[in-house]
Amino acid sequence: MKHQPPPQKRAWSLNSRATRGVIFQVLTLALVVAGIWFLWHNMQENMRIRGIESGWNFLGSTAGFDIGETMVEYDPSESYGKAIWVGVLNTLKVAVVGIVLTTLLGVLIGVGRFSRNALVRGLCYGYVELFRNVPILLQLLMWYLIFIEVLPPSNEAWNMAGLFFLSKGGLSFPFPTDGVGQVLAGAAIGLVGAWFWRDRKQKHFELTGQNSNRIWGPAALILIFAVVGWAVAGMPTTWDVPKQLVFMVDGGVAATPEFMAVLVGLVIYTAAFIAEVVRSGIQSVSAGQVEAALALGLNQKQNMKLVVLPQALRVIIPPMTNQYLNLTKNSSLAVAVGYPDVVSIANTTINQSGRAVECIAIIMLVYLATSLSTSAFMNWYNQRMAIKER
Amino acid sequence: MADTFIPIASRPSPVKVTGVAPWMRHNLFANWRSSLTTLFVIGLVLYVLPGFANWAVFNAVVRADADACQAARGVGACWGVVTEKYRLILFGRYPFEQHWRPLLATSIMVGGLVLSCVRYFWKPWLVTMWVGVLAVFFTLMGGGIFGLEPVRTDLWGGLPLTIMLATLSIFLAFPIAILVALGRRSHLPAIRSVCIVYIELIRGVPLISVLFMASFMFPLFMPQGMTIDVLVRVVVGITLFAAAYMAEIIRGGLQALPKGQLEAADTLGLSYWQTQRKIVLPQALAMTVPTMMGNFISIFKDTSLVFIVSLYELVGAMSLALNSDVNWRPFKIEAYLFITLVYFIFCISMSRYSLWVEKQLSASKAR
Repeated sequence: MKHQPPPQKRAWSLNSRATRGVIFQVLTLALVVAGIWFLWHNMQENMRIRGIESGWNFLGSTAGFDIGETMVEYDPSESYGKAIWVGVLNTLKVAVVGIVLTTLLGVLIGVGRFSRNALVRGLCYGYVELFRNVPILLQLLMWYLIFIEVLPPSNEAWNMAGLFFLSKGGLSFPFPTDGVGQVLAGAAIGLVGAWFWRDRKQKHFELTGQNSNRIWGPAALILIFAVVGWAVAGMPTTWDVPKQLVFMVDGGVAATPEFMAVLVGLVIYTAAFIAEVVRSGIQSVSAGQVEAALALGLNQKQNMKLVVLPQALRVIIPPMTNQYLNLTKNSSLAVAVGYPDVVSIANTTINQSGRAVECIAIIMLVYLATSLSTSAFMNWYNQRMAIKER
Repeated sequence: MADTFIPIASRPSPVKVTGVAPWMRHNLFANWRSSLTTLFVIGLVLYVLPGFANWAVFNAVVRADADACQAARGVGACWGVVTEKYRLILFGRYPFEQHWRPLLATSIMVGGLVLSCVRYFWKPWLVTMWVGVLAVFFTLMGGGIFGLEPVRTDLWGGLPLTIMLATLSIFLAFPIAILVALGRRSHLPAIRSVCIVYIELIRGVPLISVLFMASFMFPLFMPQGMTIDVLVRVVVGITLFAAAYMAEIIRGGLQALPKGQLEAADTLGLSYWQTQRKIVLPQALAMTVPTMMGNFISIFKDTSLVFIVSLYELVGAMSLALNSDVNWRPFKIEAYLFITLVYFIFCISMSRYSLWVEKQLSASKAR
């Protein structure tokens, strides 16, 4: 690409591109290594002088602080390591639920911007502009404030159909007492089956051009396996329904106001971005495609399903992945409202044990692992969806 | 012959397609589903709006009267909290009688930003002007010379802090981002890997962990006896964070550049840096403007996170002002709405500006 020096004169010259390349690389590497060594050396020195201990052995010592909500059994006498694990699970919980809900809301609003109804278009546009332009931290704090200020105290909770109770204490909802694991496991097996079923139908379609419905069959399969799971569990029918007692709401499963604030804030904020992603994806399909589909006699629904969506999805998926990762990373702001996610627990650990370096390394590793695995999965999915070129 | 002239019936006038009524027919009542939606939305607005208007406007207390606010609690908003505390929210812990300094400094900086947005001023001297603006800003804020009372950086807060953090980080991150983006596309494996590791590492972690690092670990990184100001640490943290994202955006622009441009530059005998400076970057950077503006907006919003490492930008200044005052503490929501408005105005003007720039760019491409 670059102009070559005459090779015959001197095989080795300071002006040759190859030599310079080597020099630049050696210089860069030397700088990076020296920089890292300088920082590392200073850190060791500073820690020695200030008497800060280092190492990972603190993970085994007693944490001594309680955690407001946990997905696994935990009490203050357990170790820092366990506490951080609880935090990781809490982060994953809010991220997974958030990603599902924000996708639904975001797609709805993104599609709403193409509505024939001007009011719907306007509302969706207003939603996007409003929530996109206010920092997520501010929104989280506001939702939290609304949940703990505006909602009634738990002795007079808002009651929906006697099943859902909403109050300052959070949202309580009914939950089956047992058999959930089995049903979910059944559904998961069904999901794998459904995946293969759809794959086969797709191949059949590509080979023969005969199209058949690819929704109901696989959906039924998932349902059947879920029912089988339920049967394996012994067909339990008892639900733990929350009840209004004199001073509090008891029973059922409760989502704390902290969790709700983080979830609602993240979902509403990210949905605004996902709506934009969906909109630009749909807009990227050229008008000629739609016109050609109409000319072939496809109706509106077929047009959407067979022509617009497959092409739009290719544009939508990469930025959508970014939004999912953003949501996961933004869930770290939960520390501001006191939801015990991994950052919040690591922060407490830093304050108690003084192991700043290790705790920050843990936070970064957790998020790096999540980010890298999500993007690996999405890259794989993206490749599947990409244009098959002959 | 009683031939009478019988004119044929005139054609009906064409259906009107402009004006209010046709627009409504087309956009609000196109079919029964659309009509139903319209009625539902109107019903919803009629249901929600009166209550909200009563709360926000008609029953609201605007004057700074805590007792009146307390009386109106639940039925009307207490904008009095803004009337009473707006100076503390906007300028944080900065000495009260010196508030003219952050006001002037912020006005100069915002003025500089507005000037930089006008095409007429896109000249080389703009850089010189910015050096001046930053010098004036820090002199005014920090004081210590020209008879200005010195003010420690940990007292800086509110809007000046937000705007300064965003502007300074963007300026500092830009050159780093260009170098890293070029490095990531370099043919030299060592340089490329260093850049990739930097970008992926930073993009994989949340900003708050970088800020934690800036506030907890930077002091440990420095040689013995050397301390750096918390403000500097935070600026460095945000800059490193922003640079990774900007580098990826610039890389997008670099990739979009046709290969022929590079080959032509080689043919002309330009060196690597000449090629980048004269051929590649001007075109690549122009292509990234819309995305880059979006990134600037998110950096501006992200500066609110410094609240978590106890710097008092808008949100922090507000919490500080209200938590210490029992009378006004219950009216945080109104104060939050005020800050929301401030952020919204800044962000929406940036995004409108970005739309305008985008139009300018596409106009330059149209033949």
